[in-house]
Amino acid sequence: MVMSTETDRKTPTRRRFVQATLRTAAGAGACGLGLALFAAQSRSLPADALRPPGALPEPQFLSACVRCGLCVRACPYDTLTLADLAAGPAAGTPFFRARQIPCEMCEDIPCVKTCPTGALDKSLTDIGAARMGVAVIVSRDTCLNLQGLRCDVCYRVCPVIDQAITLEQTHNRRTGKHAVFEPVVHPDACTGCGKCEKSCVLTDAAIKVLPLGLAAGRQDEHYRRGWEEKRKAGRELVPGLIDLPDRLPEAKP
Amino acid sequence: MTARIQARIAGREAWALHGWWTAHKYLILRRLTQLGVLALFLSGPLAGVWIAKGTLAASLTFDALPLTDPFVVLQSLAARHWPETTALTGVAIVAGFYLVFGGRTFCAWVCPVNPVTDLAAWMRRRLGVEKGFSMRRETRWLVALAVLAAAAATGTVAWEMINPVTLIYRAALFGTLAGLAVVVAVFVFDLVVARDGWCGHVCPIGTAYALIGKATLLRVSARGRARCDDCLDCFAVCPESHVIAPALRGRDGAGPVIASGDCTACGRCVDVCPERVFAFTHRFDTRVDAAVPPPPPAAGRSAPAALEKA
Repeated sequence: MVMSTETDRKTPTRRRFVQATLRTAAGAGACGLGLALFAAQSRSLPADALRPPGALPEPQFLSACVRCGLCVRACPYDTLTLADLAAGPAAGTPFFRARQIPCEMCEDIPCVKTCPTGALDKSLTDIGAARMGVAVIVSRDTCLNLQGLRCDVCYRVCPVIDQAITLEQTHNRRTGKHAVFEPVVHPDACTGCGKCEKSCVLTDAAIKVLPLGLAAGRQDEHYRRGWEEKRKAGRELVPGLIDLPDRLPEAKP
Repeated sequence: MTARIQARIAGREAWALHGWWTAHKYLILRRLTQLGVLALFLSGPLAGVWIAKGTLAASLTFDALPLTDPFVVLQSLAARHWPETTALTGVAIVAGFYLVFGGRTFCAWVCPVNPVTDLAAWMRRRLGVEKGFSMRRETRWLVALAVLAAAAATGTVAWEMINPVTLIYRAALFGTLAGLAVVVAVFVFDLVVARDGWCGHVCPIGTAYALIGKATLLRVSARGRARCDDCLDCFAVCPESHVIAPALRGRDGAGPVIASGDCTACGRCVDVCPERVFAFTHRFDTRVDAAVPPPPPAAGRSAPAALEKA
């Protein structure tokens, strides 16, 4: 009997302790899980949101940015803003929308200089090497130049004019006698500053700056271009290869 | 019941005995520092006078002094990013400062959530809300670990998305007002779910400062504990009331200094004590005032004695 009363006294205490401990652990675990799910969901950046120059690739950026807003303060053009809760980009991270205020590409890159954590990479010293995104003609049907008109605005405002955007002259098949000056973006020179998208005269821009991961292709590592290898080597890659004359279509009688 | 009646009038006697200022001194000073720190950040966007830039997560004062929150950097490390020297220097300065000036003094003197949870606690006392859901003290350590695990699992500085400390600063400085919803949730949680629930049991930012507080120099001492007449006013106002008992009762030869890292050094116990038992000092101060006038016949630790006085 004595034994049993002792057990009766002990068990509830022990049970309460175990229950309370489990409850605490479960509560903390639920907090962590909820936070992780929310964080995982906020990892993708909306396609119209661009990171400041020098930003690490998005996954690394999210591990490095402490959401302090110092880059926003450093920006002289109020281009950058911090994301609000549930506004698209991960809450508190800096971004800009090209159509609203594009990046003016300051030569001293103050936003990168002020970043305390390295989320904006200080190895970026030449703003021309920034890759915030890449411009894409998203609407060939509405682009005025592609209709044969001379708008040229995206080309004219481009800070890397004639490198990032060139005008390629082609034949205007609609009229049969005019030219089309097609704006062509060269991703190897485009910084993604967004001035072209900002300046597009259409209500819905025909040229938009998209995140690199979405809009820029990448050459496979193992691909070699014969003509480039030949230039690098400075000689024929396969010596003694006979170059036969090209066969041209026979002249019609 | 008695404790609840007691809680509603905590500090009244100190006010009557020592005047309004003495009974509210540290409360007012804390509100002034909290507003003052925010003002250092706000003067730039509001008046064009740039003193401190950034938020409490990371800041730059006079374009020279970098400060970084330790737990924010811990998350970044958990997410496998090694921050640049500026951020690490900022953490060293902050950690060094709070190793001298009291660990969770950040919570009581700087953090903008403190007025919110203080308001919830005050309303609880005035409305006589039951203590409610009680969380174990270890909860804060487990939550901090869970948050770091979430940062590691997602590779993001996850807590900064919902951290009310920086959400308030971002809302005030950068206009991201939707984040204030989290602050409202924290207020409701403290008011109706758990007493001193957020700051005392959940917030991992405070947990990091509690860790620093385990070794910090600045402390509150119950050096006048011989004068204590068990009115329980200090227990009623203290947001971490478990820290008081060992120093105040001095059981098992405990010294008069409140040693727990959980103490926020808010000084509210110093304010409300009618017997002026508490004082700010350093952690190696072992002085205890002698009991000069013997207090009225010892009433043990029962509340009725306190009720009579009230």
